[in-house]
Amino acid sequence: MSYIHIDRLWKHYGETPVLEHIHTDVERGAFVTLVGTSGCGKSTFLKMLLGVEQPTQGQILLEGEAIRAEPDADRGIVFQRYSVFPHLNVRDNILIALEFRASRLSARLFGTARQQALGQVDDMIDNVGLGHAATRYPHELSGGMQQRLAIAQALIAKPKILLLDEPFGALDPGIRKDMHTLVRALWRDEGLTIFMVTHDLKEAFSLGTRLWVFDKTRHDPQAPHRYGSTITYDLDLSDNTLNLDNKSLSLEISQTVLHQTIEPDPTDLHHAS
Amino acid sequence: MRLINRHPSRPLKLFLGLLPFVILLFVYIGASQQRLAENPNDKLLPGIDKMVSAMDRLAFEPSKRSGEYLFWQDTGSSLQRLGLGVTISALAGLIVGLINGAIPMVRAGVSPLVTAISLIPPMAILPILFIIFGLGEVSKVVLIVIGIAPFIMRDMQARTLEIPTEQIIKAQTLMANSWQILLRVLLPQILPRLLDSVRLSLGAAWLFLIAAEAIAATDGLGYRIFLVRRYLSMDVILPYVLWITFLAFVIDWLLRLISHRVFPWYHNQQNSGQPG
Repeated sequence: MSYIHIDRLWKHYGETPVLEHIHTDVERGAFVTLVGTSGCGKSTFLKMLLGVEQPTQGQILLEGEAIRAEPDADRGIVFQRYSVFPHLNVRDNILIALEFRASRLSARLFGTARQQALGQVDDMIDNVGLGHAATRYPHELSGGMQQRLAIAQALIAKPKILLLDEPFGALDPGIRKDMHTLVRALWRDEGLTIFMVTHDLKEAFSLGTRLWVFDKTRHDPQAPHRYGSTITYDLDLSDNTLNLDNKSLSLEISQTVLHQTIEPDPTDLHHAS
Repeated sequence: MRLINRHPSRPLKLFLGLLPFVILLFVYIGASQQRLAENPNDKLLPGIDKMVSAMDRLAFEPSKRSGEYLFWQDTGSSLQRLGLGVTISALAGLIVGLINGAIPMVRAGVSPLVTAISLIPPMAILPILFIIFGLGEVSKVVLIVIGIAPFIMRDMQARTLEIPTEQIIKAQTLMANSWQILLRVLLPQILPRLLDSVRLSLGAAWLFLIAAEAIAATDGLGYRIFLVRRYLSMDVILPYVLWITFLAFVIDWLLRLISHRVFPWYHNQQNSGQPG
């Protein structure tokens, strides 16, 4: 039995199909990156994994069981922005995850229970490199630091899958690079299973162990919305020796599917889409 | 330099801000002296000295009839009614608005009712309040509550809905249930917005307070103004109006101060690009 089984998944918005027949398996510990043009359904797919959208047909199984039709602790999420709590400082933003779990009524921890939880929180803060900013509020953090906090928040809840929805799309290129290193390290050390939606093909290739390209396989020139997208490329990136081949393949994907051009300098890709 | 790019320095800003008040004061004194020169008993524009002596009498001499210091008694009664009315409205607005904003099932049932009630002109049902609650304190407080609570409820509902869904989804992935999300995510973020809403509705609260006092009361700032109107006592009315304005200013300033002290994160959100 595979870790995640996506079983003949279709998604329609009214009459308009968005996704057609997604049928695949994902192993535990995979780092799947999702790319495609705007409106190709990759974000819709992520929302279905998260539980805020429901498939029209088919289902998603996590460890053999259908995922719940609303967000829960099995699936952690980092959005591009707005996913930390602005009224709590860095420590409290992470502590609140433990408080939600431990105290169903007051959602607060006191005394020794709180001290123990804070120890755990401080370890996590150090893990994501926010040790110097533990008592700051989100508005006092840069965009990159806010995303570090959002990641820490998601990780302390120990989700079975971590979903990243264009998490670095709003960051400066230099900061993005640091974040790539961080995410890659956390993925390796904590044995995470990650799905990441991105616009940046280079990012998708360098971070993932598996890359999915969402695109339409059928086109009706008279009715462009007649058909939905599916996974047109499913590339195994886990073997690093494939990198050379990937270059020509990435060129093909970037030109035919994403209408982006891959530049040698990743900074130019920032606004490519 | 273009006019739109020229900014006043701090002292200049203060001077420009005070200037209209000083001009108004001098215009008043000038006009008052002119009228008094023609008729020393003129009541319409009394001199500053007359206002001071009238206030001195009301504030620092016990009333011959009741032995009370009328000015302070009026102030105390009015502030008590206003405070009660605004506090009850704020609490009701917070609870109803928050729950309406957070829980679609409740919103579907309650929100249209709140909207309908907010459209009733409160003054039109003042007679009903007097009939039901009598002429005592209750009807005045209820008028304020009916006047501003629906506004605060609607505002709080809108503010709750404004909180990014990303946060609500995030909380759910951290295992929070609906109650925990209300308590730890929505409520703390709504509180500073409640203070904003209360500040905005204070003007209306004063309006309803003075209207109620004018119609049926035995003391209060509004009562006094409408009482002495019969004797054309501008020397009492004008200082009372200034005093009410000053009180309104102080309350507004205090609420703003509290908001900045207690919710610093709310007033500094520009960096994170979040609403507010």
